[in-house]
Order: sequence, then C-alpha cells, then structure tokens
Amino acid sequence: MIEAKDLHFSYPTGIEALRGINLTINDGEFLAVMGQNGAGKTTLVKHFNGLLKPTKGEVRVNGVSTRDVSVAKLARNVGFVFQNPDHQLFSETVEEEIAFALKNFGFEEAVIEKQVDWALNLLEITKYRKTSPFMLSGGERKRVALASILAWDPQVIILDEPTIGQDYQQKEKLQQFILQLNAQKKTVVVVTHDVEFVAECNPRVILMSQGKILAEGIAEEILTNQKLVAQASIVPPQITQIFLELADLGLPTNVIDVHEATKILLDRLRERQ
Amino acid sequence: MAVIETRDLTYTYPGATEPSIKEVSITINKGDFVILTGPSGCGKTTLCRCFNGLIPHFYNGNLEGEIVVAGLNVNDQQIHQLARHVGLVFQNPENQLFALSVEKDVAFGLENFAMPRDEMRKRVDWALQMAGITELSERPPHELSGGQQQRVAIASVLAMQPDIMILDEPTSFLDPVGAQKIFEVINELNKKLGITIILVEHRLDLAAKYANHVIVMDEGKVVLNGTPREIFTSEEARLIGVGIPKATKLYQHLKQNGIQLKTVPVTTEETANLLREALKHD
Repeated sequence: MIEAKDLHFSYPTGIEALRGINLTINDGEFLAVMGQNGAGKTTLVKHFNGLLKPTKGEVRVNGVSTRDVSVAKLARNVGFVFQNPDHQLFSETVEEEIAFALKNFGFEEAVIEKQVDWALNLLEITKYRKTSPFMLSGGERKRVALASILAWDPQVIILDEPTIGQDYQQKEKLQQFILQLNAQKKTVVVVTHDVEFVAECNPRVILMSQGKILAEGIAEEILTNQKLVAQASIVPPQITQIFLELADLGLPTNVIDVHEATKILLDRLRERQ
Repeated sequence: MAVIETRDLTYTYPGATEPSIKEVSITINKGDFVILTGPSGCGKTTLCRCFNGLIPHFYNGNLEGEIVVAGLNVNDQQIHQLARHVGLVFQNPENQLFALSVEKDVAFGLENFAMPRDEMRKRVDWALQMAGITELSERPPHELSGGQQQRVAIASVLAMQPDIMILDEPTSFLDPVGAQKIFEVINELNKKLGITIILVEHRLDLAAKYANHVIVMDEGKVVLNGTPREIFTSEEARLIGVGIPKATKLYQHLKQNGIQLKTVPVTTEETANLLREALKHD
C-alpha cells in the first residue's frame, strides 16, 4: 500500500510542484494519474519509490516512510519506468540492460537468465538482445526500459507515459499486459495523457492540476465530466465527444467505450425501424 | 507540384545487415499535410532523415535510389543547403536543444543563415509566439518540462520558415489540449503559409482531421498511400495495426451490425453529424 499524507514538494529552484497531496493506493489497484503538463504528475510518482523525498508531509510504502529507506531498497518492491527511456538506459546491449538490476539484487545466474529471456519475449524484443539499446527506435527503447523493470517482478509498477511512441498494436498489447499484471494483483500506477488508453482500461483516475488533486473517480466518471476535463487540459475520448454532441437527442453523455456506444446506437436505430 | 519525390529509395545504416527502408517510391506535393505512420521500428524516422539529408551525409551508410527534395538532389547537396528548405523537429527534444536560453536556441538556425539582427529578432519573437512560449524565452531549455521542450524545438524550426517541415511525433510529451494547440499551429502553417507538413504520428485520432495524405510504412516499405478516408477504412490498415480513430471505428462497428452510415467519417464532428441524420431519419 502506498499512502501520501499532506505531501508537499518544492524543487531547489523554489518551484512548489506538489501542494498537499492526500492519496491512498491499495495493493492490487490500477490507478491512472492524469492532468496537464507541469501539474506535478511525474513529481508525485517519483515519491513512490523514494527518488524524491517530501519537503513536508510524508509518503509511506507498505507502512514505512520513504525518508527511512534507500531507493535501492524501495526499488525491489516499486519499479519505475521513466517517461524518456534515454534517462534510464545505459548498457551496451539490451540483454545486459535487462540483467543489470537482477544482478544488483543478487539473483542467481540461472534465475537471471530465465528472467531476461522471459522479459525479452514478453516485450517482443528477443531479436534485439545483442543490440545496443541506442540503435533502436524510440518505441522499441521504451519497451526495453519496461522489460528491464518487469524482469525483477516488483509488486508495484509505475509507468510514466508508457504509450508514447508506441504504435497501435503495441499499445493494445501493452494494455492487455497492464490489465494482466493488474489481474495478478500487482499494483499499477500509470501517468498518462492518453485518454483513449484510459477509456479502454477504465482504471481509477486522479486528475491533477497545479500540484493538487482536482478530482478522483473511475475513468467513466472523470473523462465524461466536461468541466473537470477542460480544467485538466484533457480532451474527452472521441466516443464521449460524439455522444456529448448528440446529447439533445437523448443519448447518454457518460459513454467512453466504443462497444458500449455501438450497442446503445444499435438499440436506438433498431427501435426506430 | 511535387516537393519531395523518391524512387526505389533503399537505405542501410552502417554496420546493419538489413536495409531500414526498402524501395520507397513516393510523391509528396507542395502544400500537402502528410501523416506518416506505421508500427514502431518500421522506418518512419529513417525516411525523414533522408528528406533533410541527414541520410546519407551525417549517418553515412548505403543509400540507393533517387531522392529529390525542393528540386534538389539530396545526394549532391550538403545538409546546410537542404536546411534552408527542410526543417526537422526531432522526436526527442533533448537531442535537438542545446543553447543556454530558449531564445538563443530559436535564433541559432537564423544566426547560421547570417540573418540581419532586426529581422532575426522579429522571426524569433514570431516563432515563440506561434509556439505559445513567449514567456519562456529567457529560460534554459534543459530546465523545462518535456512538453515545453517540444514547443521550443518546434519554435526553433519554425523560425527558419522552411518550405517543408517534418515533425517526428512532436506532441508525444504534451497533454491533449497542448497537443491540439500544436496541431492547430502546424495546420495554420500549412494552410496559411503553404508549408508542406510531414507529421510522423501514431495518435491519428488527434491529427487525422488536418491531413490530406496518409502514408503507412511497415518493415521498411510503404504499404499504403492515400487519403485518410481511404486508409482508415482499408482492411490492410487494420491488419498492420494503424490506430484507426474511434470516430471511424464506431462507423465500422455499426456497419458490421448492419447499419450503414452515408459516408466514412474521419472526425468526431463528422460521425456525430452522420448519426444525427440516421437517428432523425429512420
């Protein structure tokens, strides 16, 4: 469980990035953190593995304040995949990159090998195992970064903008894969601007604005609330936009899913025939 | 009039065993707004590097076939000559920005053209304003957020007022409203100044309404080439995994269930209008 209590954080430059965050993330929960650029999303999630420590207030991971534990120790439980893979990758080959943390955690050679193979296969990058991460495309580098975290099987997985640079198929797979992690009772925290991605996963959402939590609820409530969405610089999912446009015809305005939309429209159209 | 023309363009990076782009033959007309899309690793970025001469002049490797950009044969031109015609906004803004202030970064290309100071001042201010970052002009780029950096990268290319602007996922770090604003800026450059736009993008839901030409690549080849409407409804596009906008998807789902809307919608407005008509008529 991750708890933030009256969390404040200021950067050394004096910018107050977080201004009193209260939040509980339960084990096995799937949470999306959304909001405009500069709202403090990344700053917030960097507190969950101790990369940043609160200026005021506190963050507790499994009951222990992040002030009292090293990042190395927290990392065993909380894996963090950076927004920009170039901030994370440094090894000569993809394989070494993925093995790095496993070695640091002191796993046996045989386990490391097995985990590396598993992660390469999962993210469909086996053919690049001997390639330098820096030879790969942006989307592929992102998958290497993800593989290197998943390889050590942390309980909590934080993904900062995981869908950037991913093509549609990869995004679908990533989505399946996140849902699957979540089904295995992993805690998943995703920072994202991708409303269509959130609309399809329907996680719990917190909306941030100017260092504070503006609202929280399930995706269906949050993404269809026009006022909130505008405040957080988000555009509603396309399906919601279409249904909002047709609200005067008596269609519901809280639809985010294309299948649900199809069903509602078919009922209405057939009724009239 | 063609502003970019390639014939059987094939390129292999130094040390690579397989070409990254294979026999690419395309024509892009002056004033086109092109979306270049396809699975990650399919060769989109590599193709863009050919358009401004980074390939073959910076990356070396082996380039075969023909490529003419703004009337210039890329093989015979130096990068700085092509830079007057073609601006490239990098996928990762950190790879592009280096100056100590935003303003200096935006002025850099113009300084290299030896532009008179007054004119440079005007151009820089204009570009900052177009990108919506006037208030950031004195800030060091490396202290900015990813989204702000993307705007700086766009402004620094914009300042050069190129004939052709290539943007490699220029909004990936931006929130949706920020992304929409950038697309609107790009659209204005296209419609008002006639700048040819080549946009590398996966998020077709946000970009589709501005484009008149979509090119889809897969495994180094161009596999689809046409208007957004043609591409979004093609079975191939679905199979390759092109991210069909939900506005078009809804049309397809209804069609599969026996409801045929009059035309193929590409934007939410079009879908809403077609549905309104269908719901009223029946």
